[in-house]
Amino acid sequence: MLSILLLIPLASAALALALAADTPRRLILVSAAAAHFSLTILAFAVPPETAFGGLLDLDPLGHLFLSVTSLLFLAASVYAVGYLRAEVKGQRRDFQEGAAFSNAPERIFTACLLVFLAAMTLVACTRNLGALWVGVEGTTLASAPLIYFHRHRRSLEATWKYLLICSVGIALALLGNILLSVAFYDPAASSTSMNLVDLAAKAGIARAPWLKAAFICILVGYGVKMGLAPMHNWLPDAHSQSPSLVSALLSGALLNCAFLGILRAHQVCVLTGLESFSQELLVVFGLISMVTATAFIVGQGDYKRLLAYSSVEHMGILALSVGVGGGAVFGGMLHLVCHSLAKGMLFLVSGNILALYHTRSCYDARGMARAMPVTAALWTAGFLAIAGSPPFGLFVSELTILTAMIRQGGLVIACVYLACLAVIFVGMSVPVLRMVQGPTPPAVTGKAREDFFAVGPPLVLAGLVLTLGLFLPETLIRILAQAAGVVIRGL
Amino acid sequence: MTVAALFEPLMIALILTNLALLVTSRTGVLIRLMALQGAILAFAPLFPPAGVPTHLALLCLAVFAIKAVAFPRLLSRTLRRIDADSRIEPYLGEGLSAAAGIGGLLFSLWLEGRLPVPPGLFAPLLFPAALTTIFTGLILVVTRKNALTQVIGYLAAENGIFLFGAPLSRQGSAWLELSILLDVFVGVFVMGIAIHHINKTFESIDVGRFCTLRD
Amino acid sequence: MAAMFLPRILAALVLAPLLFAVINRVKAIFAGRQGKRLSQPYRDLLKLARKGAVYSRTTTWIFKAGPVVSLAAIAAALALVPLGHLGGTAGFTGDFILAVYLLALARAAVVLAALDTGSSFEGMGASREAAFSALAEPALFLCFLVLAASTHGSTLDAVLRGTALSPTEPELALVPITLFIVLLAENSRIPVDDPNTHLELTMIHEVMVLDHSGPDLAFIQYGAALKLWLFCAVLTGAALPPLFGNPWLDFAASVAGVFACAALVGVVESVMARLRLPRVPKLLALACACAAIALILTLWR
Repeated sequence: MLSILLLIPLASAALALALAADTPRRLILVSAAAAHFSLTILAFAVPPETAFGGLLDLDPLGHLFLSVTSLLFLAASVYAVGYLRAEVKGQRRDFQEGAAFSNAPERIFTACLLVFLAAMTLVACTRNLGALWVGVEGTTLASAPLIYFHRHRRSLEATWKYLLICSVGIALALLGNILLSVAFYDPAASSTSMNLVDLAAKAGIARAPWLKAAFICILVGYGVKMGLAPMHNWLPDAHSQSPSLVSALLSGALLNCAFLGILRAHQVCVLTGLESFSQELLVVFGLISMVTATAFIVGQGDYKRLLAYSSVEHMGILALSVGVGGGAVFGGMLHLVCHSLAKGMLFLVSGNILALYHTRSCYDARGMARAMPVTAALWTAGFLAIAGSPPFGLFVSELTILTAMIRQGGLVIACVYLACLAVIFVGMSVPVLRMVQGPTPPAVTGKAREDFFAVGPPLVLAGLVLTLGLFLPETLIRILAQAAGVVIRGL
Repeated sequence: MTVAALFEPLMIALILTNLALLVTSRTGVLIRLMALQGAILAFAPLFPPAGVPTHLALLCLAVFAIKAVAFPRLLSRTLRRIDADSRIEPYLGEGLSAAAGIGGLLFSLWLEGRLPVPPGLFAPLLFPAALTTIFTGLILVVTRKNALTQVIGYLAAENGIFLFGAPLSRQGSAWLELSILLDVFVGVFVMGIAIHHINKTFESIDVGRFCTLRD
Repeated sequence: MAAMFLPRILAALVLAPLLFAVINRVKAIFAGRQGKRLSQPYRDLLKLARKGAVYSRTTTWIFKAGPVVSLAAIAAALALVPLGHLGGTAGFTGDFILAVYLLALARAAVVLAALDTGSSFEGMGASREAAFSALAEPALFLCFLVLAASTHGSTLDAVLRGTALSPTEPELALVPITLFIVLLAENSRIPVDDPNTHLELTMIHEVMVLDHSGPDLAFIQYGAALKLWLFCAVLTGAALPPLFGNPWLDFAASVAGVFACAALVGVVESVMARLRLPRVPKLLALACACAAIALILTLWR
């Protein structure tokens, strides 16, 4: 089944490239996403066997990441139908600089989206660190053309920064993989496997200095991709310049995949007894990310960059949760799910706002409540969700993490955490409320697009986040607990 | 001179190519230096020689084909298409870059003394040479404003990492090295396309002109 | 070996101008010409010695003393530097520093004489020469340090044992390359300076000695020949190991090595053009970097 999971997006990508007509292509996109999602849900009931000789191996942690990715991709693909339909063919004027630009061919966009899904599936479905690396590199290469969909100067600048910084980061992660092999090097063995199961069996012969160096390299390398500060410089540019559904996927799914890479390295550390070392580093990077994000969210004038920095903050919270350990890991897993859904919803909504107001500035986009009421309601709900206010799911997860922090005695960490959350809440509320209230600017003409494709997926995602805040079903708690257990125990 | 004794001169030649990468400013010369590095690295998996199994020979051939032939050809084609001839001043001058490269060499020699190396794993001078190549690549990416030079820096860093992993490839994971090579190849291909677009849009490949996106 | 001191000095004093002849002949062969006679440098020196000197009214005694001091210093340095491992005097620790600074004294004398004329051409040449030598000296010292570190010796005699081309220590192969670049810089050869140019603005060494005439010019040219012999001897000493046990055969081999160096200079002069002036410091910095790498790797061993 796992090979089918990989094959569906790849085959659909090839098909999308070959087709000339737009409507069948969009149909293929949505049906591939739906098939992928249903298979993922089916895998909860029927555990899949390993494929390719142990290369593809779905453990509870990977399954959680895979489900989140698949759900978000389904929502984004439904949104994409309406988005691509509304896109102007041919050249038009850029609203910020006035230069003429055109879009990339829709074939390439759709094909790259599907290859992107395949690469993320590979990352989630494998416990082999080498294959995971190949998957993460694949996501970088597949998402670069996606960011460059609107072919103007700013998106090109963002694409180049993204491509170069992430490639260098992933090269560092490869160095970490090699250092890991050296740490587990056994001259008597015939081959060095990078599979977690084999590494767990050889945990006794691991050489600590090499392991520590390997973890640092992997943390920094995948941390670049994840958006941990101070390696997050590409994130605001790439997330603000790419089409909204791509931003949703980048923030909601790609950052998670990079986090999975770090988690696998953390598992190795747990298995070899270096748990405290890796946890310390994760706490440090988590706190730095939160503080950096706070500094840039306050007074931010561009609402898409605002969302991007919010992603940096939440990635910091995720790193912090694993770094604190214990009960916080469960909170971290719940936070992962809720953040992906909420951030995905927010980015999709921001796409609607951009389509009407033609500006990314928080000051110029005003009066949403009058011009696009449904979108405005979703925007406010999304802000409340992402800032961690009840009754949404992020409140529950952040509270769980805080409780575990205090229980373990990390009072300083808890104070910094709470301070950042508070400042970010206030900092985000100012632009969001300013955008929602007030009269619509006279320059804004045209009707807002609020059809099914534009508001349907965000509504569903928002509903899910709300539900998770009010009520956690038993199956979900079990899935989250299993995933957390994998992180805590190591295997 | 036995074949094993050939390894150390190869590593020293690699370190010299790194120095040359840091001080050269002409992009054509940089591309040829990358071809030379690729040729040197193609022989790296063969050491220490204990008979040459077939899959290793295939790996060496693949490395040579990709790193010494395909990459320089890709980069030269991009260079020709963009027809860049103006000199773009880097952030760090040539003297400081060379000093930084030598600093990297010193650091890697010091690190080799600190880390307990498993005996018989690394041929002598492999660890410092690989680490120096990685440092050279990173210095090129960070301090150069020419987009093509940044890609060359990325390739140099990948070369260093490949050299690091070469002794481990003897233990049967040659296919992984091949997949890494393929990934890097596709990456450079995509970067080449991006550089072409940058040249068309900005009329230069000077990355210093990227100043619109900031807070 | 001290016994070979007299033959070595005599060979140097007599055969030095022949080096220029060899370089010119190699360049002529490359250009498809017949070239000058091999005895031409000797004839030029004799011709200059017979002529009278003309002194400008603006010059002082420094101008007259410059060539003499320069020749004396170079000859003294030549006495210190052995030809390979043969013909060394009783060396003392750090005698290579004395040799290098004797060469610097010679250069300083010529530079002061050039400045003494009060002409701007000579001043320009003097400043260029001083700048390039300031960059070439660290490279030279680093080479000596590398050789000293690898042979664990501290006198010129012990250091110039032909160890540079050793299969077990490949980084020492950088030493002859660096020494060659320093040779080209210090002796004003292409790619640093073109000895055959007639455009004063492009000259470095030739323009410094523009005002000298007669015996003074003969001293300077002869001093330049001795300096070239000295550098070739250092290069041969570093690269050529003692092949035969017999000191006379080794001596002959070393002399042959010196002339081979001169031929190599001729080849380089024929295939390359002079570098643009801003690039010369970069070439010398590259030579320094190579020597530094060789030193780091030697110490690491």
